[in-house]
Amino acid sequence: MKIRNVLNTITPKTPSQKNGAGSLGIRNTKWLSFPYILWMVGFIIIPLIVILYYGLTTNDKLLTLDNIKSILDPINLRSLRLALELSFVSTVICLLLAYPLAMILNKSKMKSNSFIVMIIILPMWMNFLLRTIAWQNILERTGIINTVLKFFNLPMLNIINTPSAIILGMVYNFLPFMVLPIYNVLIKIDKDIINAARDLGANSIQTFLKIILPLSLPGVISGITMVFVPSLTTFVISNILGGSKIVLIGNVIEQQFRIGNWHAGSGLSLVLMIFILISMAILSKYDKEGEGGSIW
Amino acid sequence: MTDNKLINLVNISKSYGDNIVLDELNLYIRENEFLTLLGPSGCGKTTTLRIIGGFENPDQGQVIFEGKDITRTAPNERQLNTVFQKYALFNHLTIAENIAFGLKIKKKSKAYIDDKIKYALKLVNLDGFENRMPNSLSGGQQQRIAIARAIVNEPKVLLLDEPLGALDLKLRQDMQYELIRLKNELGITFIYVTHDQEEALTMSDTIVVMNQGYIQQIGTPEDIYNEPQNAFVADFIGESNIIPSIMIEDKLVNILGTNFACVDTGFGRNKPVDVVIRPEDIDLVKPEEGTIKGVVTSLLFKGVHYEMEVHAHGHDWLVHSTDLSPVGSEVGISVDPYDIQIMNKPESEDEEAVELEI
Amino acid sequence: MVKKFIERFYVGLILFFLYAPIIILIILSFNSSKSRSKWGGFTLHWYKELFKNQSIMNALYTTLIIAFLSALIATIIGTAAAIAINSMKKTPRTIMIAITNIPMLNADIVTGISLMLLFVAMRYTLGFTSVLISHITFNIPYVILSVMPKLKQLNPHTFEAALDLGASPVYAFFKVILPDIFPGVLTGFFLAFTMSLDDFVITHFTKGPEINTLSTKIYTEVRKGIKPEIYALSTLMFIAVLLLLVLINRRNADKREPIKKV
Repeated sequence: MKIRNVLNTITPKTPSQKNGAGSLGIRNTKWLSFPYILWMVGFIIIPLIVILYYGLTTNDKLLTLDNIKSILDPINLRSLRLALELSFVSTVICLLLAYPLAMILNKSKMKSNSFIVMIIILPMWMNFLLRTIAWQNILERTGIINTVLKFFNLPMLNIINTPSAIILGMVYNFLPFMVLPIYNVLIKIDKDIINAARDLGANSIQTFLKIILPLSLPGVISGITMVFVPSLTTFVISNILGGSKIVLIGNVIEQQFRIGNWHAGSGLSLVLMIFILISMAILSKYDKEGEGGSIW
Repeated sequence: MTDNKLINLVNISKSYGDNIVLDELNLYIRENEFLTLLGPSGCGKTTTLRIIGGFENPDQGQVIFEGKDITRTAPNERQLNTVFQKYALFNHLTIAENIAFGLKIKKKSKAYIDDKIKYALKLVNLDGFENRMPNSLSGGQQQRIAIARAIVNEPKVLLLDEPLGALDLKLRQDMQYELIRLKNELGITFIYVTHDQEEALTMSDTIVVMNQGYIQQIGTPEDIYNEPQNAFVADFIGESNIIPSIMIEDKLVNILGTNFACVDTGFGRNKPVDVVIRPEDIDLVKPEEGTIKGVVTSLLFKGVHYEMEVHAHGHDWLVHSTDLSPVGSEVGISVDPYDIQIMNKPESEDEEAVELEI
Repeated sequence: MVKKFIERFYVGLILFFLYAPIIILIILSFNSSKSRSKWGGFTLHWYKELFKNQSIMNALYTTLIIAFLSALIATIIGTAAAIAINSMKKTPRTIMIAITNIPMLNADIVTGISLMLLFVAMRYTLGFTSVLISHITFNIPYVILSVMPKLKQLNPHTFEAALDLGASPVYAFFKVILPDIFPGVLTGFFLAFTMSLDDFVITHFTKGPEINTLSTKIYTEVRKGIKPEIYALSTLMFIAVLLLLVLINRRNADKREPIKKV
């Protein structure tokens, strides 16, 4: 029996471990990334530089901070503050709705992961504008909810063209982006980790607070970014469900470009990007190499 | 080890859908015992352990701990701790926080906890690892931390679910000695699950061999190895020759047409039986001196011994010997009477799974 | 028991929330009244009208062509890039992944505007090609993120084994590596196709006045009222995707069944 030990200990270590990343054994693959690098430089990096250029110059190609300062205009400032408020509220609501849902789905051991993922993203196959328009049908004065309420002689619900309707639209459109990252992190938690916590004396609440919640944090952070950023920058949802009176920062920027005021629009976009960069920085701190959070 | 029954499993059954994992299992574990549940994968050993730990509910039966029924008690209410297969360390916590986890929940004082962490790390030879993260440790080190995390809670019983399965062989052997040392220092009961017979033979006071949800045999390592009660145990524990034979009368067995003297009695006359002979118990002698004659058909050098196959009377006999007989040579086979182990032939499939009275 | 009921009820409620608007759109496609808010009786009229409506059919055609081409090109560029990134050392790999994340995490409005400004600065007329380029840009990351996990699972020695057996690197790639990562490549393609189909914001900024995709066409009609033919078209598309996914799921389930029984 000792012989077996000797044989096993001299088994060579697999060379792949030396390279860190699995290199597939292909010696030189760098050139495969050249088209991608060219594409990304041409259509991601340079466009961002162009937006920076437009944001910092006037029509006469003079350097200026006026475009960025235009955020201080009371109307623009109010639209930014409103966008921040609404996207914050809808992110919180999404989180509160999605976390229990992800936990239930994780527990249910339904047929397969892909089935659950499918059910959550299937609605996206109906055009997103149309789905949002359908909410008009549900919410408007003569809409479905009010027809039902009227039938039971209950007071009418008037939330169409209010900030509440916009929040509802945001929650509706971006909820899947909160559910999926959290679900994907939860299913990866080894059941024995939870058993170990129970084994060491933790009750279910302690297990949740000390083990499950901290371990699912990358998914939560990823979900928050994926709901907050598109909510903050939307102009479509506010346009369809908010009527013409409610203006978010996204609407302001879109309007500037529609009337040809590119420099001001770019300046405001740069302000918006500061918020996006902050949330991206938070995300990358928690989610190294995109392992925890990707939804797909 | 005392005779005090600490845990008693009574009539435990468990099935998943149509798949019966445990069928009316009865087993007791004594205080201070090192008991090993041994068997191939799917034999029900891990399920048994998880039922004791409280991670599975049996469909039927009771788990009695110190005379109290704990069948429905939640895992966090049980006075036992588990070392999980893949360690199940909390990767978001430091080593010290991992070890302190159970103690903090019990609201122990900080001084007490710090003391315990130091003590436990010393016990597993990892002093100074307090502030490392689990991910930065090797498999063997993580294993020790998992043990440390369990034992600081001073459980009466430590459950170990194939704890060495993920380690390489050299490390596994070192850890076997560590575990025996730990058990002696702590003086608590170990219930150990493994599919590795060598591990079981090395460490246990008692081995429970399981297959397909049934206990096949319970005994000391020596009992199990030297006197397997059925073909499954004989085959699973070590290598052996299992040969269908006829018990002529007490102390005489006919193996492949030739009578051999043996020491077993009480099997009746002219009864079909199975004979187990360990390869190292077969002596190769000069052809005329053996009970039967055969020809060596293969030869392998295995370091401490040669492994040979001898074709004799239509059977390939596996032989371990330090003396070499070249391939093609004619040899005699001789077996001492007390090295022949007689087993009842199972009459049907069902009987193969012997239910043992305990 | 009660807990189980509450859980099911909760899941049901969320699913109802997600699917209610879709049900409404499907109902509207059978509504003989032109108004969104009045039920005028059941009709299949809009389904017949749909195929006669040249501007809708044009938008559909543009949408599908752009979705297909952008997904295809993104899949080729993205798969190649994923293989390269996978074999890079840690630092360049981290940088590449960070760049890959930009279009995924950046706001659509910023991506759209920046691309539009680029095209304008280059004096490139906005139209079909500019939309196609933009869609490829935001699609590549989805492909890379789908292919990378498959590459990580790959045994690094299979490629060497193929070379050892006399295969040329190109032959070895197509015969050994590609089949293994193909599920990831396919997922990437489908994701890219979906994202392109569903995109509105980036198309809105980069399309120019000449062309319309379904999304931009719907947007122009929001104020004056959506043509019921659009409801009919999206119902058809939704049902088609639903059937496709059910078929794929059924086939996968059949494949898995025998293995489970062992």
